[in-house]
Amino acid sequence: MTTAAPLLVIGVGNAERGDDAAGLLALRGLRARLAAASAIELCEASGEAGALMEAWRGRTRVLLLDAACAGHKPGTLTRIDARQEALPAGRLHGSTHAWGVAEAVELARALGELPEQLTLYLIEARSFHPGHDVAPEVRDAVQELVDLLLTTECASVATPLPRPRP
Amino acid sequence: MSAPRRRKRTLRVDPLARVEGEGALFVRVDGQHVSDVQLRIYEPPRFFEALLRGRRFDEAPDITARICGICPVAYQMSAVHAMEAALGLRVEGPLRLLRRLIYCGEWLESHVLHIAFLHAPDFLGYESAMHMAREHGALVRQALELKKVGNQIVTLVGGREIHPVNVCVGGFYRVPAKHEFDALAERLRWARDAALELCRTVATLPCPDFEREYEFVALRHPDEYPFNEGRLVSNRGLDAPIADFEQHVLEEHVPHSNALHAVLRGRGAYHVGPLARYALNFEKLPEIARDAARAAGLGPVCTNPFRSIVVRAVECVYACDEALRLIAAYEPPDQPALALEPRAGSGCAASEAPRGLLYHRYRLDDAGLILEARIVPPTSQNQKTIENDLWEFVPRHLDLPDAELQWRCEQAIRNYDPCISCATHFLSLTLERRP
Repeated sequence: MTTAAPLLVIGVGNAERGDDAAGLLALRGLRARLAAASAIELCEASGEAGALMEAWRGRTRVLLLDAACAGHKPGTLTRIDARQEALPAGRLHGSTHAWGVAEAVELARALGELPEQLTLYLIEARSFHPGHDVAPEVRDAVQELVDLLLTTECASVATPLPRPRP
Repeated sequence: MSAPRRRKRTLRVDPLARVEGEGALFVRVDGQHVSDVQLRIYEPPRFFEALLRGRRFDEAPDITARICGICPVAYQMSAVHAMEAALGLRVEGPLRLLRRLIYCGEWLESHVLHIAFLHAPDFLGYESAMHMAREHGALVRQALELKKVGNQIVTLVGGREIHPVNVCVGGFYRVPAKHEFDALAERLRWARDAALELCRTVATLPCPDFEREYEFVALRHPDEYPFNEGRLVSNRGLDAPIADFEQHVLEEHVPHSNALHAVLRGRGAYHVGPLARYALNFEKLPEIARDAARAAGLGPVCTNPFRSIVVRAVECVYACDEALRLIAAYEPPDQPALALEPRAGSGCAASEAPRGLLYHRYRLDDAGLILEARIVPPTSQNQKTIENDLWEFVPRHLDLPDAELQWRCEQAIRNYDPCISCATHFLSLTLERRP
């Protein structure tokens, strides 16, 4: 029986919808800086609520990286401790067809199924327009987030690799 | 003695909650008389029929799937069948079986999402499923697991649970080996029992006593409860091939909606979706689903739109049972898709999306490029019926305080599980009471 990694990092988003790729890009940036045998499990997700709840069920420490549409300046980085703060509807840009991150968090809370630690790192988006490139300020924020995570959340369980040359 | 002042009332719900997309409802009441009802769809038009022009015929399934994230399979099925009609092809055998199977998955996940997370809170008096989950955790957990099984079917056959990537004109890009269904079959046996339990649960929900006479319209197939094929039929004598759809159905603009309203020519509003399918095809349900319906207090026809939640649960039982039957019968085909050549032509098809009949028509040139596209989604077809329901429902409940009447009107709209984004390829309730 395999023991779960002590830290699960979930990158949420859609790579084809402009800044909605932010969570995925942050996760991929993190993957590029972590050794293959790292004690951190990395997981990409579309943000569908059921899949998220399945992914973090029984896990102790979870980070979730995603784009946000909260009215801040694009590229703004926000940290939310989901155990301490409820997520209002509309804070995360989820599909209206399917439940997304906010619903997953609040439903898990209602069912008593939140991880012991669940922290959301959100990058404010400029646009979710399909087919558009990620905005420069969002790309900068992605890099900032990767660096931040490596020196804080991930530092206790992994040593980062050098940043790849551009 | 002077005449009593007539009271004007205004109810505003902005936007409509627990429906897909952005819409609003306006109701004006003068005293005890409802003088206006408008279902206002203000989600912007999405121009899919225009952007399909000039695209290749084989792009239609993937482009139209983007009209909807909860019923993409329906769009893909209507698209591939319409294109195959234009190209003179017919899918049979294991490929036809796989198409029914993927539809089982979509019905299951869409219906469960609606039953448990969008509609059940209304009946139990909760603002949202999150509030409901605190006291009905077992129901919510079971619904999440059921929805997951539906997603697993779509993933296995379609390659991805949202906007499947494996569906193509003529069949599929890849077909599963028989053993790939083993684990899914095990999950479906659980799911069938869970769907039966869900049916028993929703049958006990307190339900407004509201009956209406509808012209129900759905597909009817001689041998099976319909997914992809059948004639266009109604409970008032309509019985036509799908090729005649546009002879019977007229779409019209109304000033207050970005989504076209559909009516039957010379007859008016009609009702598509689970109640219609059920009323027109009850005898085609397997015994397990018919027994579940009877145990839930349903007869062969249900005309209370609030009981649509029960009919959806019966269709969940059907979807699980049918999926098991299809998996047991499946033998992989020699080829994943029929060979085809593009050619000039026209073709149309209709399939039964979770919310009702979904019609596609395409005209192609010699190279297989799309010259013209027409898409009529189920929510467009139900808009006028939703308004008509409210025309009858509101006067019977004018004694309610505004907040409660507003809630009931929203619940009445959610009876139809409307997908407003689909309708605007093409709720906010305003109830204005005047003295």
